[in-house]
Amino acid sequence: MADLKITGLHKYYGPVHAVKGIDLEIAAGEFTVLVGPSGCGKSTLLRTIAGLEEAEAGTVEISGNVVNHVRPRDRDIAMVFQNYALYPFMNVFENIAFGLRARKTPKAEIEERVRRAADMLAISSLLDRLPRQLSGGQRQRVAIGRAIVRNARLFLFDEPLSNLDAQLRDEMRGEIKRLHQEIDTTMIYVTHDQIEAMTLADRIVLLKDGEIEQQGSPQELFETPRTRFVAGFLGSPQMNFVPGTLGMSRRGRGFEVTIDGDIRVAWSAAANGRLSAAVGKPVELAIRPEHIHRASKQRPQAGHVRLPVTVELVQPTGSRTFTTCRLGATAMMAEFAAHDLHKPGETIKLDIDMTRAVLIDPATGLVINR
Amino acid sequence: MSAPPVPSMPFTRRPAVRLGLRYAISLALTVVFLFPVYWLFIMSFKTPGEIFHFPPVWYPKSIQFGNYAVLFKDGDAVTVFNSLVLASASTIIAMLLGTMAAYSLVRFKTGGEHLAVWIISQRMIPPVAIVFPIFLLYVFFGWVDTYHGLILLYTAFSLPYVIWMMRGYIEDIPIELEESALVDGCGRWQVLWKVVFPMARSGLFATAVFTFIFAWNDFVFALVLTRTEVVTYTVQVTHYFGGQSNFWSKISAMSVLGTLPVFFTVATLQRYLVRGISMGAIKG
Repeated sequence: MADLKITGLHKYYGPVHAVKGIDLEIAAGEFTVLVGPSGCGKSTLLRTIAGLEEAEAGTVEISGNVVNHVRPRDRDIAMVFQNYALYPFMNVFENIAFGLRARKTPKAEIEERVRRAADMLAISSLLDRLPRQLSGGQRQRVAIGRAIVRNARLFLFDEPLSNLDAQLRDEMRGEIKRLHQEIDTTMIYVTHDQIEAMTLADRIVLLKDGEIEQQGSPQELFETPRTRFVAGFLGSPQMNFVPGTLGMSRRGRGFEVTIDGDIRVAWSAAANGRLSAAVGKPVELAIRPEHIHRASKQRPQAGHVRLPVTVELVQPTGSRTFTTCRLGATAMMAEFAAHDLHKPGETIKLDIDMTRAVLIDPATGLVINR
Repeated sequence: MSAPPVPSMPFTRRPAVRLGLRYAISLALTVVFLFPVYWLFIMSFKTPGEIFHFPPVWYPKSIQFGNYAVLFKDGDAVTVFNSLVLASASTIIAMLLGTMAAYSLVRFKTGGEHLAVWIISQRMIPPVAIVFPIFLLYVFFGWVDTYHGLILLYTAFSLPYVIWMMRGYIEDIPIELEESALVDGCGRWQVLWKVVFPMARSGLFATAVFTFIFAWNDFVFALVLTRTEVVTYTVQVTHYFGGQSNFWSKISAMSVLGTLPVFFTVATLQRYLVRGISMGAIKG
């Protein structure tokens, strides 16, 4: 049975339709990440699950019970907020114990549970300190401690790492993942950071303009995006979108995309109705930087297309080198090995893995080759 | 070759001289402002002879408490107790109601965006403009010269100020703290008690002190609405100003009695007061 079931949920802020009829089911123990750009409705959805916002239409069910009119404290949820929400006038122990005291838990049990949560998060030595005496990472641990100490049925995280610096964010991301493996509770995590979404999630729910654009495992969304938005949102650096026109291959097998009027890229994709209907029309060829390689001396592998390009910009990162190349009028980024450095203006040959490429109808924004 | 002579610093720009000047000016200002307080205070310990002596007696030869004893013997000191009861009760009630109203305005947008401005506009009414209609009303209800009559009036007059000030302090509390408490197991009342009050503590104290001082210093309402039972010290002091002569010894002693409660309140809560007032200042 789903631990959380949302059916036809609508939420308005005045004239703004923030959540537009969302249907979602989350299984027990699943780590679900709601991801999307600012204003897509992900935090509103989370707050509605928590009971901090009231939905205008639709239902929220937790463990089979409709909780639309149940107060937040009676929903058996725990929530971690973006700015930690620690009480500045209480020490760490009292902050963690707050929820237990509010629920009139026996004193000895509070002591035991707070100490156990603190041990789990390695903050046992900080229990006497006030929040202002803690670093950002320590505060975040306390906030997580306050959530896990309650043994709630559902854990909600509202962009919990966005106030931390990059290094600490990586560290805490690992901590949260480990925590989920240890306590194995249903978690819903909101972020706008696709790396967080990809690394943490069992399932990603990608939202756009108050609607679910696509949901599935991180790999599924990454490999088989359904829309241009999904293709562009996941992956860093972003996918390359190359405008062109779809045509039938001159050899009569498969298709080809004509870029910039005279660059023809053969594509032996299996025909489907949408592809056939798009023949002769403008399309966008979407290719991830990691699917573009430096051409070797051998012939290109099956499904790969070899193209000459001009190097425009080289960005070494230490582990990889991102190279922006010009193909006709279009710039595209390729991901090379760290030491594969080229000079701007140099002409090189690239092998593009067309088996991983995606074809998009620019009019609808839908992927048409899958 | 000898080094060129270093030009000497002008006398008035030397750090020690500047510091000395600063202290001298501060001291002079302190004397100017504190002298009336000192004079009032010291006069309450003088004999009538010393009060009217010329040249003035800057400090009495011996401290005597006769002026205070007379106030207690005649029963005049009870007016300070009356003021204390009226100011304390109205402050507590106004703070409780006002904070809840402010919370409602801030978190539930009660009355829309402009209700708060409408409420504070009530403070623009000069008390003297409404004191006679209120007097007639109180005569009708039989509330003249009663504790509850004046407590109600002071509470009503303090509420707009309390609501306005507490609204600012509550707005400064991050809403996530309250939401976190709601999720963790608190109801709204518990949130108010366990989160909002502690978070707005400085603002609460600062507002309470000013509310108390308003009621403590009121003269107009107390003059019109009291007779014999709940006369306040501000009204009592005016009884000592006569057409033929003024009872300076009583005036000074009563004034000192009237000053002490406020002095001790402010001194005790100074730490919160400064923080509360500066928080309000930042909020604008």
